[in-house]
Amino acid sequence: MVRYLWLFAAALVAAGCACAPVTPALFVVVPDAADGHIGKIVVKPNGGGEERVINTAYGAERVRGDGRVETTRLSEGEVKAIFGPTMDALPGRAMSYTLYFLEGKDELTDTSKVELDKVFADLKHRPLPDIVVIGHTDTVGGLEYNDRLSRARADRLREMLVGLGIPADRIQAAGRGKRELLVPTEDNISEPRNRRVEINVR
Amino acid sequence: MRKILILLAALGFAGSALASDIGLVKVAKGAVQIQRGTAKIPATVGTGLQQADVVITGADGSAGITFTDNSLVSVGPNSVFAIDKYRFDTTTHAGEFEGNLKQGRLAAVSGKMVKQSPDSMKIRTPSAIMGVRGTEFVVQVDETKKN
Repeated sequence: MVRYLWLFAAALVAAGCACAPVTPALFVVVPDAADGHIGKIVVKPNGGGEERVINTAYGAERVRGDGRVETTRLSEGEVKAIFGPTMDALPGRAMSYTLYFLEGKDELTDTSKVELDKVFADLKHRPLPDIVVIGHTDTVGGLEYNDRLSRARADRLREMLVGLGIPADRIQAAGRGKRELLVPTEDNISEPRNRRVEINVR
Repeated sequence: MRKILILLAALGFAGSALASDIGLVKVAKGAVQIQRGTAKIPATVGTGLQQADVVITGADGSAGITFTDNSLVSVGPNSVFAIDKYRFDTTTHAGEFEGNLKQGRLAAVSGKMVKQSPDSMKIRTPSAIMGVRGTEFVVQVDETKKN
């Protein structure tokens, strides 16, 4: 009982003092799991003090309980030990895929049919994916024709994904006609790289 | 009118996706709750998040969230993470993300708004504030361990 009272008193004193203990905190830059890119963070203690830039792999800024701030570096293992379950809960990154179509048709090229399996393999690992499918055409034909064709390509791909087991309500489809060329060309030019559907997934 | 209000309230509690949602729970393990005002909503995969929501996890809990600018945030066990401010313009990619890790652990991957303007994402903690200039990082706030 006496001990508790003493702790309470100590807490009161500490709270009223400028040198009060602070809540420890640790900030670490982690290499990007997707491409290994090393990012950058800037940490500034609330109690004043200089802003420090951390821009190395596993580079860290630690605020200690006594208010001291140190720039340090952890090992990959140390980061895993502290943040393993937290990092495991990170959702999959936003990805974008492009599949190509036969001229004037809503049918995938043979190469893109194979590619679709890889896209699906990624999508099925995502719980509740948000998928946007956007169809495009080359410049052969008029504006309205290409608007319809691009939409048909997007709708066809949406059907294929639904057929593979992706819930229909998770996929939005849109057509952009010949308005957004991947490879800029004159009008009425057949260009395989423009006959495509983008699949954006989050 | 009264019926409509009741229906909207019910939708909110069910955590259904609404237009005002700024993010979506994609991963939920163990005990995860969203505090919205005075209400506490159990979070499951598919629960929508709004500005000023607070994500609270239990000892066995963790949650993964995707935001509308493609930022990713995961909150580890025994954590309290408040989304103090969030806005994102899908046309200009301008935005503002102020998170507040009051307790526990967080991992995050920055999204489109940081790419557009590097000062737009901040994570506050009780002892320091972090500006995010790019991609992946982790943060721990330890309430119990005094170094």
